[in-house]
Amino acid sequence: MLAEKYPGEIKKILAKYPPEYKQSAVMPLLHLAQLEKGFVDRHMMREIADLCGITETDVAEIVGFYTLYHDKPEGKLRIQVCTDIACALRGADEFLVNLCERLGIQPGGTTPDGLVTVEAVMCLAACDRAPMFQVQGPDGISYHETMTVDKTMAFIETARKEVK
Amino acid sequence: MAHLLLRHRDIPDIGKLDVYRKNGGFEAFKKAVTAMKPQEVTDAVKASGLRGRGGAGFPTGVKWGFVPNNIWPHYVVANADESEPGTFKDREIMESNPFQFLEGVAIAAYAVGANAAYVYLRGEFWTVAAILDEKIADMEKAGLLGDKLFGSDFSLRIHTHLGAGAYICGEETALLESIEGKRGQPRIRPPFPAVYGLYGKPTVVNNVETLANVPLIVEKGADWYKSLGTADSAGVKIFSLSGHVNKPGNYELPFGVTFRELIYNYGGGVTDGRPVKAIMAAGASSAMIVADDKALDTPMDYASVRTLGADLGSASVIVINDSVDMDWVINKTIHFFKHESCGKCTPCRDGTYWMLHLIERIERREDIEANTELLHTVAKQMQNKCLCPLGEFSTMAVTTAIERFPADFEASVNGGKHG
Repeated sequence: MLAEKYPGEIKKILAKYPPEYKQSAVMPLLHLAQLEKGFVDRHMMREIADLCGITETDVAEIVGFYTLYHDKPEGKLRIQVCTDIACALRGADEFLVNLCERLGIQPGGTTPDGLVTVEAVMCLAACDRAPMFQVQGPDGISYHETMTVDKTMAFIETARKEVK
Repeated sequence: MAHLLLRHRDIPDIGKLDVYRKNGGFEAFKKAVTAMKPQEVTDAVKASGLRGRGGAGFPTGVKWGFVPNNIWPHYVVANADESEPGTFKDREIMESNPFQFLEGVAIAAYAVGANAAYVYLRGEFWTVAAILDEKIADMEKAGLLGDKLFGSDFSLRIHTHLGAGAYICGEETALLESIEGKRGQPRIRPPFPAVYGLYGKPTVVNNVETLANVPLIVEKGADWYKSLGTADSAGVKIFSLSGHVNKPGNYELPFGVTFRELIYNYGGGVTDGRPVKAIMAAGASSAMIVADDKALDTPMDYASVRTLGADLGSASVIVINDSVDMDWVINKTIHFFKHESCGKCTPCRDGTYWMLHLIERIERREDIEANTELLHTVAKQMQNKCLCPLGEFSTMAVTTAIERFPADFEASVNGGKHG
């Protein structure tokens, strides 16, 4: 239960919005919930619905619309490589292909140990530092810029030891 | 000239409250609250000629003036959704000079009588939101946010709100829906947010860079601000330079600098020393500019870029050299807009779907002539029919690439990105 584990955070989130508009808290609560397992399950959606005074379907609708929310488990770390026009002009497509090759997966795939999912995503506002990716994981989201495949593999090796 | 917006490049640690205040920080906010009427602040911003830096270029002071005084409460919302491919300026401001932006939010709130302001950040800006939360807490501790500021009756609180990956939320009514906890789909306008905005109340939505200009205008005056830039486009602009240049990055320059100066003097020239073939001045939403001498010597302000059949937008300048064919470029942009279309209006939802299918056929070299013609027709048919600018934007690169670079869509061309 989120309410038992994060009472302070939930209170802080709800305080941001007028009391009559608790629905506004649905997105920050989903971000909070997702830190638990990397995706939001039905139980969490129900709890968030109750906290916001909306239905579970309303919450599922938000999860479905926004790309950073997930309703299924994938790798503990989601490496999301920007392959949009500006990054692609600086080698992002090749970077994605080469990285996946080194990991022995297809873009969109997950390593057999369940640690890493690699996927292409839309622009991340870091066009001057391509190739770059963001990592969605148990600590939220972090940016990794001006990357090479070697640097990325080193990052994954470090993460392998740290992420349980 | 010292930077006015990217001040962290000249003053180390300006992201710390004491350093920011030692360098004049929050004097403008104090001056506004203690010595100016809200209307006077709005008038100063109007007189400065400041135009919205998010892409539309609408006069900021005029936008503030639309807020009616018979419906309350009012809100200010900072648009920090920065998602246009090629744009990465707001992030640098928020990460490195956050107080100047937050001071701009505070002054805007005073001017329009808002006691609550929200900063809507794209969900990917997770660490940026954490920085802002910390800076907002610093301001609260220092008495710069809260009740009865500077001994006046004015109270203000600022909150951050993280999106979750949706380009459409940069459109201001979709952004407001998103803060309300709904899918980010644009509203039908009118009514505009100035009258019916967040929670149905009058709301001013301004871009981060726009707001970062406001303390300067209040501090140094409208005339000083107008003396920068061009007659059409006052002030300085952060140009986000990316693509085939040797030194990509943000460059804060007065409006009116030419494409050539930006690319060759500041950007260190084109990758591999090749010629520039095309320029996208407004990110993925751009019309394609043919990079001939006339274009390269065109000053970058709103009116001059329009003479090239393009828009300056948010000044996210993507440089493309001659190793690239335009079919590859629009495959990228169409793919982006197809993914980001919110699905609410039919022309955009179905139009982007069909444009994607057609460009994929072209990329497979299937009946290139007929599919190119059909792609052009679909894009033209979408124009002026979409509910919000996203649908319109999705067609800009498509129609202009086909019209201005016809050779790239001939059957004899291999297509794609080379070199």
